[in-house]
Amino acid sequence: MSTAPAIELKGISKAFGAVQANKDISIRVMPGTIHGIIGENGAGKSTLMSILYGFYKADKGDIYISGQKTAIPDSQAAIAAGIGMVFQHFKLVQNFTVLENVILGAEDGALLAPSLRKARKELTALAAEYELNVNPDALIEEIGVGMQQRVEILKALYRQADILILDEPTGVLTPAEADQLFRILHRLKDEGKTIILITHKLREIMEATDTVSVMRRGEMTATVKTSETSPEHLAELMVGRKVLLRVDKTPAQPGEKVLEVENLRVVDAAGVERVKGISLEVRAGEILGIAGVAGNGQSELLEVLGGMENGTGTIRVNGKELDLTGKFSDARSRRKRGIAHVPEDRQREGLIMDFKAWENTAFGYDDDDAYRAGLLMDNAAIREDAQGKIERFDVRPANSELEAKSFSGGNQQKIVLAREIERDPDLLLIGQPTRGVDIGAIEFIHQQIVALRDKGKAILLVSVELEEILSLSDRIAVIFDGKLMGERLPAETDEKELGLMMAGMTGKDS
Amino acid sequence: MDYLTLLQILDSALRLATPLLFACLAGLFSERAGIFDIGLEGKMLMAAFFSAATAYSTGSVWLGLLAGIAGSMVLSGIHGLASITFRGNQLISGVAINFLASGLTVLIGLSWFKLGGQTPSLSGDARFQGIDLPFAEAAMSVPLIGPLYAEVLSGHTLLVYVALLCVPATWYILYRTRFGLRLRAVGENPAAVDTAGISVVGLRYAAVAICGVLCGLAGAYLATGLGASFVKEMTAGRGYIALAALIFAKWRPWYALSATLLFGLLEAVSNRYPSLDLGFITLPSQFMQALPYILTVVILAGFVGKATPPRAGGQPYVKER
Repeated sequence: MSTAPAIELKGISKAFGAVQANKDISIRVMPGTIHGIIGENGAGKSTLMSILYGFYKADKGDIYISGQKTAIPDSQAAIAAGIGMVFQHFKLVQNFTVLENVILGAEDGALLAPSLRKARKELTALAAEYELNVNPDALIEEIGVGMQQRVEILKALYRQADILILDEPTGVLTPAEADQLFRILHRLKDEGKTIILITHKLREIMEATDTVSVMRRGEMTATVKTSETSPEHLAELMVGRKVLLRVDKTPAQPGEKVLEVENLRVVDAAGVERVKGISLEVRAGEILGIAGVAGNGQSELLEVLGGMENGTGTIRVNGKELDLTGKFSDARSRRKRGIAHVPEDRQREGLIMDFKAWENTAFGYDDDDAYRAGLLMDNAAIREDAQGKIERFDVRPANSELEAKSFSGGNQQKIVLAREIERDPDLLLIGQPTRGVDIGAIEFIHQQIVALRDKGKAILLVSVELEEILSLSDRIAVIFDGKLMGERLPAETDEKELGLMMAGMTGKDS
Repeated sequence: MDYLTLLQILDSALRLATPLLFACLAGLFSERAGIFDIGLEGKMLMAAFFSAATAYSTGSVWLGLLAGIAGSMVLSGIHGLASITFRGNQLISGVAINFLASGLTVLIGLSWFKLGGQTPSLSGDARFQGIDLPFAEAAMSVPLIGPLYAEVLSGHTLLVYVALLCVPATWYILYRTRFGLRLRAVGENPAAVDTAGISVVGLRYAAVAICGVLCGLAGAYLATGLGASFVKEMTAGRGYIALAALIFAKWRPWYALSATLLFGLLEAVSNRYPSLDLGFITLPSQFMQALPYILTVVILAGFVGKATPPRAGGQPYVKER
């Protein structure tokens, strides 16, 4: 049987200034399959798909849809060619209803009423066909991200899309929601739709796709059948060298209690209680991982510990109580108590993007005697110190005169880590250590965290990546709606159980 | 205060609210599409000048109206160019337009009419005349409602009725048409509009153009309906008051009507009672005249509850990956 590929790209190249985002890329996606595209951040996956969706125009190359050469100058042409795209950041109007979002741009006439009636009927049919149930009259801002994603899929189907592109669809979903999404995708595939799944998660590729293409630095390095490959092999193709996927670590040897939190409560500026009585402890030489879907209070927990937010309750570090609301509740006082903080949002809280790397390595510790010469800053000393940090933490390019924004996500994170870890803190708070970080850098960052633990330091890790929590933590606490749902040992639990707890369902023994 | 006085105040309130209503709806279209427009004031002023100048020279208020709209549209075009095409700062562009209009109208006025920046006063067909609604005379004999109809609603110039009709029209366009849906969407999340295959730039220019037309009507009404000539700085902050009313109205057409009527009423009261004797205290004229402006400050300071502006308001749209 020789069916034409649903999509065939031939020799696509695209440059942004001096950066070659896509280099001579060719790919064939067969109809009725789920085709994965995997690659590190900045490998050019999204650029390629944006070209296919008419967001960018390729410098060179041709697009064939079902064997027909097709020009896609804009999104309208892509929609007409039967392509639908679900972006990583949803393109929904928050204060519109589901129905209004679905018809936006696909209205039938100048008046809305007939379009709305038709769409309502159509949605009922689609819901029955694909289990895509959504209340058509709900406002987008009032439904969860999983539902919002369904609306995006419905938008594409309403426009008669045969080819559906999903860009990092599971980043915001709980494991249960992700499973549901993949069930829907399989259903769509069974109905003859073609699906392109862009992700950096190897597990999703292995579970959901039929074929997978790997991109590295703007080039397509391989296209293989998923059944004939392995995560290790794919990781190697993505990074260009062998990568350790599991963190190599010895069992923890917990010592004295370093951090003790009792009945911590945090109320945000809007008066909503975000942390609802959390108690936990972290000992020297162990990593406590906090698992949870973003927005369940873990950020506020880190912020109180890091001195960026006020709270009530008791926090002791090395047996001595911390000031939670008063004069000594700021980040500087926390640092003096031996607490280092790698914040969740490194670009807003960890670095000043327009400042140079060497300046960034001194923030928060700028009143250190080693950095001062009388009343003035000793810039030469800071520069020298920064250069050392950059070399020890393998920041690339190893140039401390570059502005923070010109480093990749992984290297920015290394700069923050170098600053915080080299202060030799008793307690390291670390939020989303590898968000937006390449696989190669993830390996390095994980090694640094484990090395700090092995030096007998206490580490509180917050991450929305379950894999990361499972592989790094010595103990795992699950947070849901501002409360801890329970604690597990990584060897005695799995993603499924943690996923249920993250969704508010209590585990077996609690 | 007898009933007739009350009616006269209401009548005056309606007239004074009209330019505010036009300007407020103008701002509503622009801001709903994500283009903040602090230049309503300048556009009104420009329209007031060109409508008065043209009406005087040609003797036709209709040509004056067209010239006023054209003058306002030119400024709208500049604002669109700066904030949509060149993705500049919308506040700065708006402020620049206000300065431009304030200087340009006086400068051209001086050189054309040599009256210290004013235009000669308009009369006859060079002004909008009041229209008596049908049965206004007859209605006077009906108690209470009759005088209300005859005194307050009847006898205004055409533009007053146009302004009032603009309210349901705006509501219908915003909430019942495809254009309205897209317009609201582009002010909330232009990326959603872009990925749906619709031109963000096209929609925003359309919104800015509508804003220009409505500001043109506002300015023309000031010079050829409410007044009878152009006087320098005759808008007297009405553009800013309209903006405050827009926030007060939470960017909704019917609320905009109520908000501008409230401002119109305050202005009418302060015109009627230069100093108000409340028995125990006499409010000085300065205070009375400042009333609408004081209310503006109060509203802008956020004492009226939460008003959520269009989410993408003020931000130029840049495609992202």
